[in-house]
Amino acid sequence: MKKGILEEYFRRNGKLMGWGLLLAVGFWVVVLIILPQISMLDFSFRNHLPPPEIGGPKDTYTLANYQYLIFGAQGNEEGYNKVDLLVFVRTLVAAAFVTILDLLLCYPIAYYLGQSKGGGYVRILVLLLIIPYWINEILRAFAFRIIFGDSGVINEFMLLFGLIDSPVDFIRANIALYAGLGYAYILLMIFPIYNVIESLDRNQIEAARDMGASWTMIHRRVVIPYAKPGISSGCTMVFMLSAGALAAPQILGGPSSLWFTQLIYQWFNQGGNWTQGSAYAVVLLVTCIIIVLSVMRLFKVNMGDIGK
Amino acid sequence: MKSESLLIRVGLVIYLVLFFTYLLGPLFLMSITAFNSASFPQVTPWEVLSFEWFSVLFNDQRIISGITNSLIVGFFTVILSVTIGLAGALMLTQIWPKIRATFYTIIIAPILIPGVVLGISTLVFWDRVNVMLGFSNDSFLHNGILLTVLGQSTFIASYCMLVFVARLQRYDVGLTEAALDLGATHVQAFRKIQLPFLAPAMGSAAVLAFLASFENYNTTTFTFQKYPTLTIELAQKVRYGINPSIAALAFIIVCLTIFFALLHEVKNRRAQLAIANGAPIGAVSNGFTMPKFFTGNPAAVSLAVFVVAVVATIGISRVYDPEPAKAVLLKEKRAEQALRIEALQNRMREKRLKKLYKGPDIFGSGNSKVPQAPSKIGAGGVFNPSNLDSASPAKPETPQSPGKGTFGNVFDPGNLNNDN
Amino acid sequence: MSSGVGVDLENMWIKFGDFVAVRDANVNIKGGDFFSFLGPSGCGKTTILRAVSGFLDPSEGNILIGGKNMVGKGPNERPTALIFQNLALFPLMKVWENITFSMEVRGAGRAERQKRADELLEMIALPDQCDKLPSELSGGQKQRVAIARALCAQPDVLLLDEPLSALDLKLRQHMRTELREIQQRVGITFIYITHDQGEALTMSDSVAVMREGTIDQIAKGKSIYDDPSTAFVASFVGENNVFRGKVNSITNGHAIISTNRSGELRARVSSAASGTLKVGDDSMMFIRPEALNIAEKNSDTHNNIVAKVRHSEFEGQSYNVFLEGSEGKEMKMALINRGEARLYDPGVELVLEYDANQAVALPAGELASE
Repeated sequence: MKKGILEEYFRRNGKLMGWGLLLAVGFWVVVLIILPQISMLDFSFRNHLPPPEIGGPKDTYTLANYQYLIFGAQGNEEGYNKVDLLVFVRTLVAAAFVTILDLLLCYPIAYYLGQSKGGGYVRILVLLLIIPYWINEILRAFAFRIIFGDSGVINEFMLLFGLIDSPVDFIRANIALYAGLGYAYILLMIFPIYNVIESLDRNQIEAARDMGASWTMIHRRVVIPYAKPGISSGCTMVFMLSAGALAAPQILGGPSSLWFTQLIYQWFNQGGNWTQGSAYAVVLLVTCIIIVLSVMRLFKVNMGDIGK
Repeated sequence: MKSESLLIRVGLVIYLVLFFTYLLGPLFLMSITAFNSASFPQVTPWEVLSFEWFSVLFNDQRIISGITNSLIVGFFTVILSVTIGLAGALMLTQIWPKIRATFYTIIIAPILIPGVVLGISTLVFWDRVNVMLGFSNDSFLHNGILLTVLGQSTFIASYCMLVFVARLQRYDVGLTEAALDLGATHVQAFRKIQLPFLAPAMGSAAVLAFLASFENYNTTTFTFQKYPTLTIELAQKVRYGINPSIAALAFIIVCLTIFFALLHEVKNRRAQLAIANGAPIGAVSNGFTMPKFFTGNPAAVSLAVFVVAVVATIGISRVYDPEPAKAVLLKEKRAEQALRIEALQNRMREKRLKKLYKGPDIFGSGNSKVPQAPSKIGAGGVFNPSNLDSASPAKPETPQSPGKGTFGNVFDPGNLNNDN
Repeated sequence: MSSGVGVDLENMWIKFGDFVAVRDANVNIKGGDFFSFLGPSGCGKTTILRAVSGFLDPSEGNILIGGKNMVGKGPNERPTALIFQNLALFPLMKVWENITFSMEVRGAGRAERQKRADELLEMIALPDQCDKLPSELSGGQKQRVAIARALCAQPDVLLLDEPLSALDLKLRQHMRTELREIQQRVGITFIYITHDQGEALTMSDSVAVMREGTIDQIAKGKSIYDDPSTAFVASFVGENNVFRGKVNSITNGHAIISTNRSGELRARVSSAASGTLKVGDDSMMFIRPEALNIAEKNSDTHNNIVAKVRHSEFEGQSYNVFLEGSEGKEMKMALINRGEARLYDPGVELVLEYDANQAVALPAGELASE
């Protein structure tokens, strides 16, 4: 059977094309996707050693890197690595918060755009939506730093009107961070929902209205169930990207509140402890996989719906 | 009933206004700070209209080399990810149905895997390969460009794959079969039939890949080694002290984006109008008259206004000399400073000396009209002679022009559906 | 042009997993023939065509073109050209580029190709269209371009996969004649796939009728129509009145069938069933609507049927009379329009007669579904 498939494959593609395709796909799947992940997983179970000793007798498997995340350094009196665990939990909670924020913000506009019948005006609105998306991630964060800084527009404005006496530290309060993260992924929330709602027959809404349903009722019973694949796809994307964001927390995060990715970054770029960093990265990856899978299970969405 | 619908309407308008303020406001404000002579990017207090931050930007060697690195990385990433993305899409159309879902999950996964994880795994994997092969620490496997291209392509190829899959759904396999039947080899059939059909998708995928590569931070930050890209440089700058030259760069990028967005929209619109009028596109693009071109084409109007505005800005910046205004301001500031120093000295007599160098606004908070702390004056003095000013305005377009072609088709609505 | 290369299928089976698409096909197509595969959709005829053109290989058996075994060779290595059901004209190429694609891949120069394109366009009566795109052509024009493109490859065998199905009736009839003319002019073997018996019968030298992967009959059009070899062929090709029953007696190649509802009727035993159809067998007997006629009187022989008119309709060249025999047995009779008024009122009782040579007796079997 297997041989038959390969024969059929080469008959369809020819020798040269067939091998070219296999080679390119193989390179992508094996060398770029699978092997690096396995390698990182493997690395996370190893001792942190100076380069000459790698592969030597001390290079054995260990759970130390994961133990560190949970229990902290040896001799830690608190019993748990409260700092890092807290960062981990806070990252997930904050990412969830950003996701909900984006959903509330984007659902109305996605609905509005999806249900209006095209036209130049709507096209311009769509264009306006896209423009910020093509601006560099760092620059977007930078813009929020300008706005929310001590002498930023908002503080200046509020001072001018006497709403406050002294500048509010938006950065420390993480308001700038949430605003910046929410901003960064707006488009990823709007488009999946917009795509689904666009295909919703207007007549359904009109029929519901005809039967006397209120606006909230229409959305709760007609639009939202229909848009569910788009909503869960958008939420998944926004959650994953927020939880995995690095630039925005680095630029907009308060000095006292770290993002989990920042811990990973520190292990690699400041601590130089790659094995420890790998372990943290594995934890992030596994958590994300679990969350995506459970969301997809919960909302009965297929993998095929993601990335539409 | 009527009042309710009115309420909804008003609510909608308010919501739209707020939404787009949130969306565009930050970019707008950031752009404005690029023209304020103050050395901290700020809108208020406004000092003097100045173009000097553009010349600061273009004389920043790290930015220039960052752009170069970004272009190199982008070039190779586009080639690699378009190639393997296309291969993945072609494979997906003909893979054995039982493993199609698994295969799709594997090649779509890089989009969902956090960028930092991709960066780390790429770094770790190639480091291990390097060790295994017994290469030295500075072998080509540790080359930042190579690692960055590989790391970025891992997930950018998935975006490209999605673009190709969408296009391939409309491809009639019969065309390839017809070509084979007429004696073409598989390579000929691919090159002469399928590839031309995929050409628009390749354009979109290439632009998408380039932009994704150009703005990538999460993955690159682990792989760049000795070759920081523009995004990395920007992040370093933004994290360790910001100045308006970054705003100047942002302004240029915003302008380019708007320009190409409008250009694309105009083209689309024209094609639509042509179709609506029942005329072939060629006839309209050759023979239309200006007024007709504008009717029913708000994008064209916007584009024209936009171009005029940019040209006017550049023109102004050529003749405008901020020095007199600056001098006046400086004088005011000096006088004010004298007063302030006096006041300060008075206060200091009462209190102990505090550290002043904290924030730019330590003094501004109480008095919205008085702009700068004394320490800022020093920075203001850095403002350099007019020779820089007159040179700067002409520059904005030049260094960016190589990028123009590549931005071409970004706003194809077809892409949009695929990039999220 | 090459003169007639034959195509032979030897014990060919094509399976997709457990599904048998083609069952033990044995066909000998003579060089220069116009050969049709006729059958309902899903009967495996397109699969045979794809096997001949090289897009798939048979699971068992051989395909010979001009005596050479083609199994294992790709479509670009076979002397065949296929005209696809949807024509598969290359949308981004101009007409002349489409037509001469086969020359382009062989590396022919532009001037040579354009010259050839002009010749072929002349032949298909489409001069001055060479710089158009396929999307700018009408259905019939596309059709001709597809034919020209296939002929340009100078194939020994031209394969056509229901190429006329997208055209409207008038054009379809016109293209039938034209295809036949082209075939006779170039003299190469045509293998034609269709579900339209009219196309198959008008154009072909020989027709193979297929049912669910099996070839039921291979013969000239007239034999297929007048002397079907299975109940399926009889019911699929053209219209037929079916009478089920048992064989009562057989004498001199004629059988008396005691039908379930219409009494004992006489019919010629199909040549394919002669020798195999035995007294007492379940049988089906077919009488074409045009074989039925109105008898002067009921002479109570084995070729008379009594029936009532249900309704009748006028179709131009003929009147169709729908009748109801005993116990509700439905029948259809077609009367040639010779100028008389032959619209009968419902309820009128008629005695029908037929020539027993025009009725066919076959072993009972599966009928074609509508």
